[in-house]
Amino acid sequence: MLKDLFYFLVYPGLLFAGVAGGFLSWFDRKITAMVQFRKGPPLLQPYYDFLKLLLVKETILPENGSRGMFLLAPILAVFGATVACVLILLPMFGFHTGFSGDLIVIFYLLSIPSLMYILGALSSGNPLAAMGASREIKLILSYDLTFLLVVAGVILKSGMSIKMTDLLMAQETGGAVIGSVSGILLFIPAVFCIQAKLGLVPFDMAEAETEINHGCFIEYSGICYALIKLSKYILFLTLPAFLAALFMNGLHWDGIHILWSVLKILGVVLLLTLIRNTNPRLKIHQAMKFFFLYMNLLVIIAFILIALGI
Amino acid sequence: MAFKDFIFRKSLWLFHFGGASCNNCDIEILDCLTPRYDVERFGMLLVGSIRHADVLLVNGSINQKDKVRLLELYRQAPKPILVVAIGACGCTGGIFAGGYPFAGPVDQIIPVDAYIPGCPPKPEAIISGIVQLIEKKKTEKAHA
Repeated sequence: MLKDLFYFLVYPGLLFAGVAGGFLSWFDRKITAMVQFRKGPPLLQPYYDFLKLLLVKETILPENGSRGMFLLAPILAVFGATVACVLILLPMFGFHTGFSGDLIVIFYLLSIPSLMYILGALSSGNPLAAMGASREIKLILSYDLTFLLVVAGVILKSGMSIKMTDLLMAQETGGAVIGSVSGILLFIPAVFCIQAKLGLVPFDMAEAETEINHGCFIEYSGICYALIKLSKYILFLTLPAFLAALFMNGLHWDGIHILWSVLKILGVVLLLTLIRNTNPRLKIHQAMKFFFLYMNLLVIIAFILIALGI
Repeated sequence: MAFKDFIFRKSLWLFHFGGASCNNCDIEILDCLTPRYDVERFGMLLVGSIRHADVLLVNGSINQKDKVRLLELYRQAPKPILVVAIGACGCTGGIFAGGYPFAGPVDQIIPVDAYIPGCPPKPEAIISGIVQLIEKKKTEKAHA
């Protein structure tokens, strides 16, 4: 029991994921600044932002909204992100945990933060937040099928097991999934799904700053917004780590493998940042078309290639 | 308390309110975020919602209609919030000071922490004003 609490709260849960995710968020902002020939924020900036929101700023509750849900949503978002993070990172850091079917659980846990953003936005009573929430719902509808198909493809490729440790074992013996044509075809939609899950630029219509003023998060301030930031930081670690587990032979936490693991995560984040910096924001119907038509097509081609054994 | 002050200074998020402005100050404010001046290196970000703001930048002459909205914004902002009046119109009213829709310079409507005069002020002047605001907060702390 105490060990489980330690896993959840300290390592590799809340504290570790928050700190590492904050670093990745800084990395993202720094690369963005370098792409735009700027100097960029200092290393500790994400932690300053988080602590400022947590300790200094006042928390305002909406007068005409559902206050309970408004307060509960950020807490549940952090909870969902952290549990997903623990379930993903534990098998990779060499703790023999997990159960048959934990991939499915992780998949649904990863959609909890987005759902909570929607609930929080709808309970704030702000029309722009409602607009953001409706866009987020449409975005989830479009990328979730693709993401599920990608996970199914990886399962198909590595021995029909829905357990994280089996998946990692299969890649250990049979080579990383990304090392084949079908693996690369699966990797492309997966990267875009993660981009949409993180709400980064081509798919940030739910929190478009310039048109609907942060959309879902418009009413959040103080501690609530700090928790939302924390959940975003944790997702910034969790989703690239999940991608590394699915495609790149996982992370290993011993000897020289530490370097490779860090490079894998940084590489995925770099890819996300470069996509974010070279693309304009899509409209919601363009995003739906992008996922339903093109990305699903790629996944289906990958399925055929897997069936042929390529 | 010193720690709280330190992190507040390190992460100031800006919200921009343009009154009945000629848009010159607006553009100079946006200039501060461009690669040449880059205020993000001080941890400053331009945010779209007043609920996330730490600094309220006000420019342009404030007329009767703007006054209501400015008061509403100030009321909705989470405290602590700093207010910076930018440009001649924001500081004193400028050439609009005698006009009939004019509702007074910003400091007669809400408390102002820093003034940045100029028509429009250069981006360097705006950055220097913000730095002086941060310094002022520091010395206030030292005296208290």
